[in-house]
Amino acid sequence: MLDITIGKKLSVSFVLPFVFLSPIKETESLADIVLWGALYPLLQDPAYLPEELSALHSWFQTLSTQEPCQRAAETVLKQQGVLALRPYLQKQPQPSPPEGRAVTNEPEEEELATLSEEEIAMAVTAWEKGLESLPPLRPQQNPVLPVAGERNVLITSALPYVNNVPHLGNIIGCVLSADVFARYSRLRQWNTLYLCGTDEYGTATETKAMEEGLTPQEICDKYHIIHADIYRWFNISFDVFGRTTTPQQTKITQDIFQRLLARGFVLQDTVEQLRCERCARFLADRFVEGVCPFCGFEEARGDQCDKCGKLINAVELKKPQCKVCRSCPVVKSSQHLFLDLPKLEKRLEEWLGKTLPGSDWTPNARFIIRSWLRDGLKPRCITRDLKWGTPVPLEGFEDKVFYVWFDATIGYLSITANYTDQWERWWKNPEQVDLYQFMAKDNVPFHGLVFPCSALGAEDNYTLVSHLIATEYLNYEDGKFSKSRGVGVFGDMAQDTGIPADIWRFYLLYIRPEGQDSAFSWTDMLLKNNSELLNNLGNFINRAGMFVSKFFGGYVPEMVLTPDDQRLLAHVTLELRRYHQLLEKVRIRDALRSMLTISRHGNQYIQVNEPWKRIKGSEADRQRAGTVTGLAVNIAALLSVMLQPYMPTVSATIQAQLQLPPPACSILLTNFLCTLPAGHQIGTVSPLFQKLENDQIESLRQRFGGGQLEETLDLKAKMSPKPAVAETGTTAAPQQIQALMDEVTKQGNIVRELKAQKADKNQVAAEVAKLLDLKKQLAVAEGKPPEVPKGKKKK
Amino acid sequence: MAAAAELSLLEKSLGLSKGNKYSAQGERQIPVLQTNNGPSLTGLTTIAAHLVKQANKEYLLGSTAEEKAIVQQWLEYRVTRVDGHSSKNDIHTLLKDLNSYLEDKVYLTGYNFTLADILLYYGLHRFIIRKLRHREVGN
Repeated sequence: MLDITIGKKLSVSFVLPFVFLSPIKETESLADIVLWGALYPLLQDPAYLPEELSALHSWFQTLSTQEPCQRAAETVLKQQGVLALRPYLQKQPQPSPPEGRAVTNEPEEEELATLSEEEIAMAVTAWEKGLESLPPLRPQQNPVLPVAGERNVLITSALPYVNNVPHLGNIIGCVLSADVFARYSRLRQWNTLYLCGTDEYGTATETKAMEEGLTPQEICDKYHIIHADIYRWFNISFDVFGRTTTPQQTKITQDIFQRLLARGFVLQDTVEQLRCERCARFLADRFVEGVCPFCGFEEARGDQCDKCGKLINAVELKKPQCKVCRSCPVVKSSQHLFLDLPKLEKRLEEWLGKTLPGSDWTPNARFIIRSWLRDGLKPRCITRDLKWGTPVPLEGFEDKVFYVWFDATIGYLSITANYTDQWERWWKNPEQVDLYQFMAKDNVPFHGLVFPCSALGAEDNYTLVSHLIATEYLNYEDGKFSKSRGVGVFGDMAQDTGIPADIWRFYLLYIRPEGQDSAFSWTDMLLKNNSELLNNLGNFINRAGMFVSKFFGGYVPEMVLTPDDQRLLAHVTLELRRYHQLLEKVRIRDALRSMLTISRHGNQYIQVNEPWKRIKGSEADRQRAGTVTGLAVNIAALLSVMLQPYMPTVSATIQAQLQLPPPACSILLTNFLCTLPAGHQIGTVSPLFQKLENDQIESLRQRFGGGQLEETLDLKAKMSPKPAVAETGTTAAPQQIQALMDEVTKQGNIVRELKAQKADKNQVAAEVAKLLDLKKQLAVAEGKPPEVPKGKKKK
Repeated sequence: MAAAAELSLLEKSLGLSKGNKYSAQGERQIPVLQTNNGPSLTGLTTIAAHLVKQANKEYLLGSTAEEKAIVQQWLEYRVTRVDGHSSKNDIHTLLKDLNSYLEDKVYLTGYNFTLADILLYYGLHRFIIRKLRHREVGN
């Protein structure tokens, strides 16, 4: 086997297993030519072909002097030798490091880092100091306000659109992610305010109100409560969950607008808009569908193309159609106001230049903003011909309101204003406040560009986002979430599954779409619950507690630490610090895994030391059992605090079972302390998690796979990205779709069976063709483009 | 599994009673078979192909020119991509790719069972079958 790395350092490790390549010495075989070709660039340099390797030398020379070989070398290397290959090599992926160890059957062992004596000693000292290391708990502030000299953390989650019931993708993208960080922030004793609310203005609400015979305000009241209830069930720890339809919203938005106007950042222009004559109104962007002028996608919406992501004006759509009545709208003119983004571009760049370096803006967010800037900013329309919205305080614009993308981000400010009249201490205080904004990636332009421009233009010392945390999309099984087709789990349904909120939280956070899209999978949820929660975390914590109860009468025993135990302390400390490093940078998924690693170490520790056996042994053995049990239960206590941002209820349960002293429950330091000293009495220990069974999961998957047909809720949100839901006209009736789905499933099973039986190949091919055809029909019926639906559900 | 063990298994499934002795070579413990009449054979796939011919089951190497090429391709894949790559990401990608490839096929070459299927099976075995790590102990 040959290893050749051509690059800065030319290294060759030859294990030429044979000297003669072909059995018949005098004729070249294919093997000779292939090998010669691969080695030529290297061996033609005499430095790499020393004379001592005489057999290799003569083989090489024999071939190199042949005319065809010479010509080949000429053509490829062009006299440049090895360097000619550099551009080619640079495009290749990094070679993986050669296997150092023998391949075994065991799954990868985690490498334990080598610790220095000093690290171990420090860990032991910190451990021994125990509870007295804990600083006093900060008193609960109400309202929470920034304090000079402390770390003040302001956290927002993108405001969910009031009309949409959130699905799991929306939840992980925004409120749940932000919640983990908010809880962590509080465990670090940082001054933390976590706010969110429902985004309520806009056409969808107006339309829904008409449908239900209520006023828009009444619709919002009704749905706001639904949202609040869902998030409460998921244990989201908002400090305030407000609404955008308040007097403060009007006041602050109009104030910002007036300042922009006064400073010359507002333009006025006549806009051509699409008006549906049949529906007798100007069509909001979301009610127009057509062909994207940039990429040709056939289901582009009137404000943003789902496929290429570019912002468009509805009038630019090719072949536009009114989504409600499918008639072709006409273009009519109307006066509108524009935010002069080009004029603000320089300030924006300056601000970005100061903010981005060293910050925790996620890579996708940076990329999106950079591409927007590269494409060049254009004035953006900020008004609409609607009634339900923030009124425009300008003569001649009485019948218009602000377009949601302008004022929705101002919603955070007004929600805070409703929480405390000292809201400006958070929102006009960039020196003292660290603003973290959580959202899915399609919201990035509005938070990272449009609002900062507005704020910079208003020149009122607004707090701007320090760390923009954007997630990718969460898919559902093989496709997208869809309320109208009954596909996927939506907020209120999660409660009905009988699976506790913390399990949902755990799994969603485990698969949080950080660097790329991820997918919710029932099977995977079962797997992760049973392996990570039940067998790893739950198993460890339960055993540790059970040993204290059973073998030591419920009292934590004496711990006499051996050098191995001390090393364990140091390892746990290392992992704990890693957890901190990750969560500080909002790497939520990785921090979770870090915690699970500690739990794994704990399990191994118990496994190796066998306290259940030793307890029956000699005095020395029993003491050992005591130490191991005591140390284990302290690790369990540590885990309970690390777990709190992820699974708050489970965390509290563990802490109650172990009777962890209150100060230790609310603060997480960077050291591993002995919080349960010898003699501490614990409570009653019981299992933390339930096993999820296959048939249970299977029936849930059926339930959420598209069987039920809910009332079609309006899925087009302003703050949350929308799926391309085709309304009645383009899709087949739901029953047809369901029938097709059933057929696809049946056919899929037929194909699987045939393959398993190794049936005749023509038969298999025929059935596969049938399956592909059915899938195509289904796609068409669902109004999707008839390609293999690897579709995305956003957020 | 170790190459020698794998080759012995292969011998058995091919119906060879021989029981060759394999030695190992180099850092990576590549298997070597010393034959009676000729040079030694080195390398898992080389020896495996030799065994197939010995057992008079050449159809396992493919029947048509295309099929033979595909078998060679997957044998090479086994040695260069499957062996020696243990990182979870690599394995994950690998299994996903294989899954896509196999969606419309019964075996790697389509409808016929070949040596490629055998060696890939042996190679993937350790990823698909896992040992139980933690068992409930203590009560």
